[in-house]
Amino acid sequence: MGVGTYLALASVLFGIGAAGFLTRRNMLIQLMSIELMLNSVNVVLLAFNRVNPANHDGQVFAFFVIAVAAAEAAVGLAILIAYYRVKKTIDTDDASLLKY
Amino acid sequence: MISPGTILFVTTAIFAMVGGLITVSARRPLRAAIGLLVHIVSLAGMFLTLDAQLLAALQLLVYAGAVVVLFVFVIMLIGPASEVGAIQGRLASRALSLAVTIAIVLAVSTSLANFDRPWGAVSEDFGTVEGLGMAIYSEALVPFEVISITLLVAIVGAVAIARSRTE
Repeated sequence: MGVGTYLALASVLFGIGAAGFLTRRNMLIQLMSIELMLNSVNVVLLAFNRVNPANHDGQVFAFFVIAVAAAEAAVGLAILIAYYRVKKTIDTDDASLLKY
Repeated sequence: MISPGTILFVTTAIFAMVGGLITVSARRPLRAAIGLLVHIVSLAGMFLTLDAQLLAALQLLVYAGAVVVLFVFVIMLIGPASEVGAIQGRLASRALSLAVTIAIVLAVSTSLANFDRPWGAVSEDFGTVEGLGMAIYSEALVPFEVISITLLVAIVGAVAIARSRTE
């Protein structure tokens, strides 16, 4: 398996996440789609680090991406709960309060 | 002769794609969370084929252990309202964004699939706790401290946002 296979797979996984984020109405599933996209970037970082294993730069970056993704999930779910308290739904098509 | 690494890669790649598709297509959020779990565990297996043992363990701990559990807690907290009906409205923009995404992914993945570089020779401590830990604590010490403050701020911010303001 060459490095190109990993890159192609990562782009497919990123596309799955992007398609889910753009088309779904459910805020929970949109947040999960963001996690899919962040994970696919980690695959790219690790694959390139494996091509040049003289240093650990790619793995260090992937480590920070995991930490940021955890922070993002916590804050995103808190915003979701606050939004649910206001609107009694988590449908993002109804998130129109800033329009008025 | 197919190497064990190839078998592991193909298996985890199939499970990662199936898990991702379940996540984005499931009607019920709990099924989507299980799809995300399948995706994350199979990606942790894929990290092993890239000699990233510590990151595979961290992926299981942080994602499967914390993030997915957080999602499941929120699904339980919200209850039946966590399920939103089928896609309706804004069909044109949704179809257009889906078509653009598929076109970009096809173009990028087919061109990247031919990219080939030989794998480098790995040293003994590549990707282990010792090797990656030395890299983090010697070359990336300041970003590491900053990320710990980021996590602290995220925790406080999540509590502040999600707290009820009725009292």
